Amino acid sequence: MNRSIRALLAALAALVLAVAVAACGSDDKSSGGGGGGGSSSSGGGKLIKKNSANASKSISVGSKNFTEQFILGNIYADALQAAGYKVTKQLNLGSEVVAFKSLKQGEVDAYPEYTGTALTSFYKVKVTDVPTDANQAYTEVKSKLAKDKITALPQAPFDNTYRLGMTKAGAKKIGNPKTISDLKGKSQKLVINGFPECRQRPDCLLGVEKTYGLKFKKFLANESKYEVLDKNQADVAFIFTTDANLATNKYVILDDDKKLFPPYHISFMVKDDVLKKLGPDAQKTVEQVQKPLTDKVMRELNSRVDLDKKKPAEVAQEYLRESGFIK
Amino acid sequence: MTVVLASFFGQFKSAIDFILHERESVSGGVQVGGSELIGFTANHLLVSGVAVLIACALSVPVGLYLGHVGKGEFLAITASNVGRAVPTLALLAFFIAYLGVGFVNVTFVLVLLAIPPILTNVYVGVRQVDPETVDAARGMGLTEAQIIRRVELPLALPIIFGGIRTSSVNVVATATIAPLASVNTLGTPIINANVYGDSGRLGAAILVALLTLAVDLALTGAQRAVTPAGLKLTQGGQGRRRLPIPQLRRREQPT
Repeated sequence: MNRSIRALLAALAALVLAVAVAACGSDDKSSGGGGGGGSSSSGGGKLIKKNSANASKSISVGSKNFTEQFILGNIYADALQAAGYKVTKQLNLGSEVVAFKSLKQGEVDAYPEYTGTALTSFYKVKVTDVPTDANQAYTEVKSKLAKDKITALPQAPFDNTYRLGMTKAGAKKIGNPKTISDLKGKSQKLVINGFPECRQRPDCLLGVEKTYGLKFKKFLANESKYEVLDKNQADVAFIFTTDANLATNKYVILDDDKKLFPPYHISFMVKDDVLKKLGPDAQKTVEQVQKPLTDKVMRELNSRVDLDKKKPAEVAQEYLRESGFIK
Repeated sequence: MTVVLASFFGQFKSAIDFILHERESVSGGVQVGGSELIGFTANHLLVSGVAVLIACALSVPVGLYLGHVGKGEFLAITASNVGRAVPTLALLAFFIAYLGVGFVNVTFVLVLLAIPPILTNVYVGVRQVDPETVDAARGMGLTEAQIIRRVELPLALPIIFGGIRTSSVNVVATATIAPLASVNTLGTPIINANVYGDSGRLGAAILVALLTLAVDLALTGAQRAVTPAGLKLTQGGQGRRRLPIPQLRRREQPT
């Protein structure tokens, strides 16, 4: 009896310890970023007009399962709601494969997808064949989706694509390179970090080596790119241009001067019949609210969630209010 | 139904082909599969082997001592069980901050994964040695260290090997996450699906399964070899049985 109580207590103590360790872990992360906030969107957007005729029309808005998608899903959904539509949110659909399937089967009526992703993942276009011109890529997506009875609404300004990033201090050490080409002659001494798949992908390390004629000292496969950069375990890392950490101004982004990386602009994809039913207000609203979303703004919004630990829904509301779309 | 079956076997055939022959990656630009897998398998065995060896070196002495003095049941059983509940993937990411990315990081988390089953089994193995045997040894004038080495260790070996087997199987199966910390094992084709495709993923999974079975079989053989002849006779092979939930037998109180 005494023994079993002791065992129970011991198990509890161990559990508490484990939870404490886990909590420490997440604490560590949040303190790394901090701030980053401040003035993102310049305001000055026009208030979204509520059209009472839209009250009978409903749309379900989806999103994939990461920060930027959660924020975008909320922004589009809340904006459409402000325009008077009946909106249901079905965020967190999963990967692009699941999300696209849900859209095609009508489980959701719309969700935001990246042009590059749509071409390579849904229509099996080889990454090397994706047009590097953003408008061309969008036109291709639009015509391909049309066959699946889905409309790709005009793309948002920001481009969440690959780039090479360095810490400011690291860049200074090798003479402040501005472009990827500037790494020529220096790359043999640099360790480059990327997600595991990057090593063998033609739109990642393979492409950089070939297009720019660079050879790096070592490829480090890892998902925690900024941690690895901060700890000097790698000198250069493959980053996404709207990563939250970039909002901290601790990093520099090297320009893709030879246009290797395909464009990844957001297009809000809506089922044809639903868009028709919704009427012209829907497209107008979508185009209106995505207009201020530049790389810089998107980064900053992501940082509010990833670094400041706010809820995506809350950040979307803040964005709409700060931009003057809602009161 | 037949369509489903046909596509299943088609996938399977393609996966076997991936194991045997190089092919161009799904995303293009590199050759994958075939001979590349030899290096991955070697790496896989290396990182797993090192992890299990270190785990043994750490937990066998501790388990022997704790079992011998009959203390620290909490450490050996409860702490070990909690240890099993911590996801290795999370540890891998967590320790990047302290150990960097690479072989050391991967080995370290695999050691953490490997310790609990070994520690528990060593402790239980020593505790189940008949106290009368230990008393007899003591009566014959053996020192405590000699008792551990010559009596308790040999008699506990079958159970200890059971723990090492469980650990090894866990570690070999889990070493598939190593590519997330820059060590290319058989997990590489599984994790990098956009490069290796479904058949690469399935092919690597088949190899991991085979490797796990092979390791288990090899250790079963070793376990049989180390079982003392006397134990084999008296227990009729019971020592070879794996005990999933070890039963603790308390030392009888002297009356």
